[in-house]
Amino acid sequence: MAEQQQVFHLPDVGEGLTEAEIVKWRIRPGDSVAVNQIIVEIETAKAVVELPCPYAGSVKALHVPEGEIVPVGSPIVTILVTAKADEREPVLVGYGVKTDHEVHRRPRKPGIQQDIAPTSPARAKPLVRKLAKELGVPLDSVTPTGADGVITRADVLGSTRNGHSTSPAAAPNGRDDRQPVRGVQRAMADAMVRSAFTAPHVTEWVEVDISRTLDLVIRLRANSAYEGIKVTPLTIVAAAVIHAVKQYPRINSTWMESSQGAEIVTHSEVHLGIAADTPRGLLVPSVKAAGSMQLPQLARGIHTLIETARAGRSTPADLTGGTITITNVGVFGVDGGTPIINPGESAILAIGRILDRPWVVDGAIVVRPIMQLSLSFDHRVIDGALGSRALVSMANFLTDPAVEMVPAHATE
Amino acid sequence: MADERVSAVQLLTPEGQRVAHPEYDINLTDAELRGLYRDMVLVRRIDTEATALQRQGELGLWAPCLGQEAAQVGSARAMAPNDFAFPTFREHGVTWCRGVAALDMLAILRGISNGGWDPSLHRCGPYSIVIGAQVLHGVGYAMGVQFDGAEDVAVTYFGDGAMAQGDVNEAFVFAASFSAPVVFFCQNNQWAISQPSDRQGNIQLYERANGFGFPGVQVDGNDVLAVLAVTKVALERARSGNGPTLIEAYTYRMGAHTTSDDPTRYRLAGELETWRLRDPIERLKAYLARQGIADRSYFDQIEQEGEKLAEQIRDGVRAMVPPKPESMFDDVYSEPHARIDEQRAEMLEYLASFEDAGG
Repeated sequence: MAEQQQVFHLPDVGEGLTEAEIVKWRIRPGDSVAVNQIIVEIETAKAVVELPCPYAGSVKALHVPEGEIVPVGSPIVTILVTAKADEREPVLVGYGVKTDHEVHRRPRKPGIQQDIAPTSPARAKPLVRKLAKELGVPLDSVTPTGADGVITRADVLGSTRNGHSTSPAAAPNGRDDRQPVRGVQRAMADAMVRSAFTAPHVTEWVEVDISRTLDLVIRLRANSAYEGIKVTPLTIVAAAVIHAVKQYPRINSTWMESSQGAEIVTHSEVHLGIAADTPRGLLVPSVKAAGSMQLPQLARGIHTLIETARAGRSTPADLTGGTITITNVGVFGVDGGTPIINPGESAILAIGRILDRPWVVDGAIVVRPIMQLSLSFDHRVIDGALGSRALVSMANFLTDPAVEMVPAHATE
Repeated sequence: MADERVSAVQLLTPEGQRVAHPEYDINLTDAELRGLYRDMVLVRRIDTEATALQRQGELGLWAPCLGQEAAQVGSARAMAPNDFAFPTFREHGVTWCRGVAALDMLAILRGISNGGWDPSLHRCGPYSIVIGAQVLHGVGYAMGVQFDGAEDVAVTYFGDGAMAQGDVNEAFVFAASFSAPVVFFCQNNQWAISQPSDRQGNIQLYERANGFGFPGVQVDGNDVLAVLAVTKVALERARSGNGPTLIEAYTYRMGAHTTSDDPTRYRLAGELETWRLRDPIERLKAYLARQGIADRSYFDQIEQEGEKLAEQIRDGVRAMVPPKPESMFDDVYSEPHARIDEQRAEMLEYLASFEDAGG
């Protein structure tokens, strides 16, 4: 009686499970096994399950050590079958039939119109597609090894090792750099996804001649009331935002969902968030009660806030509770952008770089320092008219801060 | 029987002692008693083999009936040949008694058969996966029997969880209103997947029948003799035009809800041990041995028959050939149908468009 090897592949013991952990082997190589003898315990996403052996014979080899997670369909044990020879491979339900009636995916005859199946797309299960997407691996570039030409998890991972990945962070040794997402990065990612996919964002922008703002900055730096205080264009932008909130309080508000329905909470105070690029990543601490501050106080508050964040000493209170935010992307040398609103707020202003540009003043082209303001707002809370008015208010402030800072009735 | 369920009809104690009941009794020949034992042992063997085959990747899913053999075999053996059973996906004991081949039960769960068997031949519907749907079908069938003036009875099977389904309660209303010849056979196996039966209502299940206006009776579902006796009475009641009965067979699902379920996550091992002492097969075996109705050689013979059956199932399942794709059109209508013919032709043409399809 000829000995025959039978390989037992990890079955899908649930409905649509893709992998399982080998928890404990109950057999060792050389042991004899009977049909339906429990040989291994596996743990799936759903349950710990005992697998009975489909063959009688002796154990030739265990292919997976305890503690390892393997995909469904992986060979886990080889049995030397001595009894009744059964030449058929066990069929893994849902993973194709290894016989001659395999009819699932065959090449089409040439010349047949392709209206039913155009170019056959790469075949992979949703989880594998997701993995490929995360790793930046185009599925078309992966060589499938699964049954019926299906791309497996291992194929995708293998292809990243072969350098097919288009992931931007490829390290010099040819291997991709992979870093777990934790801490600030994780918090940023969660907050941005939450905001971008719940608040309908609208972004508007306007270019501003800020020569008078820059003049003001220079004058304030020379003023004794501002001694020891770092005054920057950002200080004046902050004042412009607070000024706009006073005119249009709705831009300083929060969309609240509750079981009773939605509410818009318009805040009585401005807690001004300032996006800061720190060694730990992007942080958005906020100057509390910025709306009640005089300009010197505000300037000092912003400066302290940013320094604290860069030093990594921001408290949780610093990093929460903002009601409207400014992000300065100009420091990176760009003109503007479409910022994503900090969750819990309704508007964010991005300021671009300051660049000397040709500008038309009174019919003549003159050189002026120009800055772009980009305001993103949550359209559930702020409509286009309100957003535009608020943005224009900020632009007017920066165009002529002196006029805007002095209350109108004082000039009468 | 559990002390908390004293109302359940019992004719055989868990220790295999025959006891009397004031309302229900049954007299079976020795051959019939041995037959019930054989049915239960073979059904359990089919069930454990199918569970193992699922674990080996040969079946997509299996819903074990382990522990419920007496409820299923006792009720199904009470039926007359022309009565009609409406089972759920767990009623392997019922389909076995209706003459369905074990491999036909497994073919459905291997995903290569649409229904498994010819319902009119076996007088047994296909496995219903939709919870409680078959109870409405059964009542509809029973009302049809009334229109025909026939004397058949429909037996609908469902579980404790299905008692909360709208379909089942609607079926109760219709059956009561029209005195339909139907028996509602509820196996209370204590768990609606992970929901324990005591969280499924404030009164015992059989008592709900009162509110619909027909009798309800609770039976020890692990006592095959009591189940047979109670079901026979309910069948005769329906057959003689007195309408439906609800039978609550108080039993226990010793296995998982299905092979995709892990019961250790929601119930304690001690519970299973308690019910092991009430095992339906062991108590009949004890009775047969004590009464001298069967001896060791008979029990061994049945066990061997079970092993042989298991081997046939193993080999048979692995040798199953998937049906031709066009066979899916065969049973849509009983007679040829132009639209179906068109669809079949369209699919065959598509299949023929592949390179290795010859021609």
